[in-house]
Amino acid sequence: MTTTLLISILMSVAGAATPLLIAALGELVAEKSGVLNLGVEGMMLIGAVTAFAVAVTTGSPVLGCIAAMAAAAASSLIFGYLTLSLTANQVATGLALTIFGTGVSALAGAPYVGITTQTLGLLFPPSLATDPIWRLVFGHSPLVYIGLLLTLGVWWFLKHSRAGLILRAIGESDMAAHSIGYPVLTVRYLAVLFGGAMAGLAGSYYSLVLTPMWAERLTAGRGWIAIALVVFASWRTGRLVLGAYLFGAVITLELQAKAAGFSFFAPEFLSSLPYLATIVVLALISAGRRNARLAAPACLGRPFRATA
Amino acid sequence: MALILEPRREPSRAMVLAAPLIAVVATLVTGAIAFTLLGYDGFGAIREIFVSPLLSAYRWQDLLVKAAPLALIATGLSIGFRANVWNIGAEGQYILGGLAGTGIALAAYDMEGGWILPLMIVCGILGGMAWASIPAILKTRLNVNEILSSLMLNYVAIQLLYYLMRGPWKDPMGFNFPQTRLFTDWETLPMAVPGTLIHIGVPIALALALTVWLLIARSITGFQIRVVGLAPQAARYGGFSAPSTTWLALMAGGAFAGLAGVLEAAGPFAQMVPAFPTGYGYTAIIVAFLGRLHPVGILLAAMVLALTYVGGDTAQTTIGLPAAAIGVFQAMMLFFLLAADILVRYRLVRRRQPTGAPAPTAAGVPPQASPDTLAQEARAEGVAA
Amino acid sequence: MPPRLELQGITKRFPGVTANESVSFSVAPGEIHALLGENGAGKSTLVKIIYGVQRADEGTILWDGAPVSIGSPREARALGIGMVFQHFSLFEAMTVLENIALGMDNPPPRRELEAKVRQVLDTYHLALDPHRDVHTLSVGERQRIEIVRALLQRPKLLIMDEPTSVLTPQEVEQLFETLRQLAREGCSILYISHKLHEIKALCESATILRAGKVVETCDPREHSTRAMAEMMIGGSLKDVKRKSGGEFGPVRLAVDGLSAPGEPPFGTSLKEISFEVRAGEILGIAGVAGNGQNELLSVLSGERHHGVTGSIAIDGVPSLALGVSARRSRGLAAVPEERNGHAAVPGMSLTDNAVLSARRRKKLTVGGLIRLGAARDFARSVISGFSVKATGPAAFAGSLSGGNLQKYIMGREIMQTPAVLVVSQPTWGVDAGAAAFIRQAMVDLAAAGGAILVVSQDLDELLELSDRIAVINEGRLSRSLPVGSVSVEEIGLLMGGVHGEPATAEAA
Repeated sequence: MTTTLLISILMSVAGAATPLLIAALGELVAEKSGVLNLGVEGMMLIGAVTAFAVAVTTGSPVLGCIAAMAAAAASSLIFGYLTLSLTANQVATGLALTIFGTGVSALAGAPYVGITTQTLGLLFPPSLATDPIWRLVFGHSPLVYIGLLLTLGVWWFLKHSRAGLILRAIGESDMAAHSIGYPVLTVRYLAVLFGGAMAGLAGSYYSLVLTPMWAERLTAGRGWIAIALVVFASWRTGRLVLGAYLFGAVITLELQAKAAGFSFFAPEFLSSLPYLATIVVLALISAGRRNARLAAPACLGRPFRATA
Repeated sequence: MALILEPRREPSRAMVLAAPLIAVVATLVTGAIAFTLLGYDGFGAIREIFVSPLLSAYRWQDLLVKAAPLALIATGLSIGFRANVWNIGAEGQYILGGLAGTGIALAAYDMEGGWILPLMIVCGILGGMAWASIPAILKTRLNVNEILSSLMLNYVAIQLLYYLMRGPWKDPMGFNFPQTRLFTDWETLPMAVPGTLIHIGVPIALALALTVWLLIARSITGFQIRVVGLAPQAARYGGFSAPSTTWLALMAGGAFAGLAGVLEAAGPFAQMVPAFPTGYGYTAIIVAFLGRLHPVGILLAAMVLALTYVGGDTAQTTIGLPAAAIGVFQAMMLFFLLAADILVRYRLVRRRQPTGAPAPTAAGVPPQASPDTLAQEARAEGVAA
Repeated sequence: MPPRLELQGITKRFPGVTANESVSFSVAPGEIHALLGENGAGKSTLVKIIYGVQRADEGTILWDGAPVSIGSPREARALGIGMVFQHFSLFEAMTVLENIALGMDNPPPRRELEAKVRQVLDTYHLALDPHRDVHTLSVGERQRIEIVRALLQRPKLLIMDEPTSVLTPQEVEQLFETLRQLAREGCSILYISHKLHEIKALCESATILRAGKVVETCDPREHSTRAMAEMMIGGSLKDVKRKSGGEFGPVRLAVDGLSAPGEPPFGTSLKEISFEVRAGEILGIAGVAGNGQNELLSVLSGERHHGVTGSIAIDGVPSLALGVSARRSRGLAAVPEERNGHAAVPGMSLTDNAVLSARRRKKLTVGGLIRLGAARDFARSVISGFSVKATGPAAFAGSLSGGNLQKYIMGREIMQTPAVLVVSQPTWGVDAGAAAFIRQAMVDLAAAGGAILVVSQDLDELLELSDRIAVINEGRLSRSLPVGSVSVEEIGLLMGGVHGEPATAEAA
């Protein structure tokens, strides 16, 4: 009995952590290249609504996920054009993208409110996951595995690939990279697009896995938590997984406590737990580290314009 | 003939003023086309949202009432944005302002006197400031990014509101609806113009914006805010500390948002309800940028954004435009503004033909260019170095 | 044999200025060729054109006799052009090896690269640990990364942009040995500098640029440094006039046991710094960049307080606990190294920039409000008093040339008649005319009873200006020595961290 409960909690943690992890991986790559995109929440919403609409229309949740990545990446291109080509302020543009994504998703999603669709199925045959322990291994949504594979991929890319080295170099000193001859803006565009696609994929998780439905502001600020996770992880891939699963645990705690009718805390307090936890975690991580700039890419958020 | 962007020698003051106009016009045109393509009456939508409200005296009142909180919040935010303090938590500070005022109103429910409303307003301001002090402490003590902390607190503020509405502050005679009692006459805003919707919050917003203008332009505190925003290192050199600026910026943002909140609660709402947060805190960010972080510009921009609210309501009923379209219009305006802003620092010129003839002096270069040519080169070189 | 590199009629224009105007010269294989000129004469632009960072509007580049078009640094490297930048294109948070790999187009695998790097280091007797993070290295070591990076590509032409401005005299000699060895092996070297004695010591030919044009191509060994300097500035050199042998007044700035942590992220901490400056005296502080100069400046000006211990007294009054504004009121004025964004706000008018640091002493505020008229008047008086070329007090600081902005900043501080002036790199990146003016103004302030502390990497400047010189190295300050009795070699040794007899004698 307790094993079953524990396993269902662990399953739930992995489920809640996955979209945070995927979105944060995208933001990590963008930030490593020196771009601070605060539009994650907006891109996730665009991804969520696209995934849902495409899944309803075509009947294929997989197509939905792919379309979500494409749509969110397209929206990230607006951000990229404004901040990279036109050197607009990255903070303001990221906020604008979030406002835009919130509005566009509500607009596009209006016809889909109140209907359901087929969710993204399991990766492995259910027969493998009948035993509770094996369920923990084989019983997750494909995106859970994809999230972990992506983590490995991003870690290898940043740490061991030549392209990753160049991307990090551009985030450390765009001027130096430019004077050596690296295409700063091209690399940053690609990083922003990757961030967009990941946010879109994370968004699709909300509308096709967690809740098979669409509602306005479905992601409820999770995009911002993903951005906070990157800070929490000190821009390191490994700690991103830790952070995401920690937050998955907090969110699971909130849901489990509510489901259990735990009346000692008001449900509103439980609902604000993820946000309070974010603040507390940011405070702890920042306090323990006098030189925040050691970890953050040196050019983060700064515009770059090469001379002719 | 290819157009290229060429850096200006000084930021263009004309483009600073023109960019918001370009943004609004571009939004109207793009919006009309986009919504037509989406199968709505796009041009009708533009007319309903941006023109019709201006033709009706009643709608003008509504406009002013909606513009007042936007202008107030944006004025406060603009102080922070100028100093590069990114307070995104105005929505939460607005809610806390409203809640603090409501707390007084509920406590003074069976009392009478002219002191109640001023006390509510003071507490509303303090409520907003208290909420803003959390990111301020975190930023100055622990170096926590204020964008994330102030934003997270918006979600917490909403939950706090829900909790109070469903629990302790629920109207005992309210058939279990999650809302407070109606405020008494002592607890609601008097009208600035009798017989209209225009409450005293409107002239307050106007007066405060003008005061802030004066302070930013002429006071040493305003100078501090400007220097910190333009060159933080120079600000330290000039004797202005970074923590004091962070506090100043967040307290100003919190105070103005809190004031807007309590004025809304004691004005149009006249009670506290779960639907109290209407996104003013986010829209005010757009107002602040569209108004160029300048109080007078903010007053004008607040009217434009108020139009989207008022006109959006109309368009919803008359031509069935979804409410969410308003958010899209608002975001587009900010996108276009940010895009147009490049013309402040760069100008469009035709690509020079590489001919052997001596190049004519580029337009706009003053004749006494000789001493500055070295600097020009030094800077041109510095950018790529 | 055709020249390795030949430029014919290279012209490059920027908005409102012609950086290079039909520049022509050539460099033979194995030749060490100097490109000489003042700041802003167009040297850097020319080099960027050769290295493919920028493109010329007109003109031809010939490589081994054949016309080439160099569209990018990558193409330049493919031809065999290597470049060592003045401002290093290095990545602080990465290792030496990663930095070298980034500088190559097709780096071999890690181990192989490391072996090759070690081989180059051995061949040219360069000391460098490939696994260190760049931010832990000295400036000289950083330059070696750039050199190794360039040498790994086996260049036929190596461009060195102002390579010695950050080195100690001993490191300079080491560098010259490496360059001579390269030239013997047939590599051409284009050596950009404005330091004439170095060019005389190293180069066989020199092209002198002034205001974007070639004014002379000559053999530097056959001309005096003074003659070349006058070709460079297009006029006669002005010497600083000073009263000699005067007695100094009372101590105006006394610093004792001053320690402070380094500036994040990669700064140098100050360790037990002590010195005194008297009325009428100029104390020079020499040292290689990054040895605590910035920290010393910001601790003295009051911009940094965190973790600072020891004592600072202005006119005998303890001032360590005072903030920037209070120290200014006491009479301490400071001019940091960086003009744009530190000593001045580029996006603000000269009037506003006057308010920035002069509001207390010049009473430019009343009741929390700025007296705009008074501020404008003060700005105007600085403009005229220091012959700043600007359209007026409303001009943006960012629109002034480096020299004019520096004159404005120095004027703003000096016209507040400070008791103590602390200034870093007073003539860095400034043309010769403005530099002479600024030095004269400092000498005059000292003559009027001010105490001046000058921090500079330019040893020649310090020898010209100062009464005494001390050296800062790794955050420690040596004993100060009277200028008349000290040799360049001695100071050089101190800069390199070798503490001579006198310093240890005092420490003991």
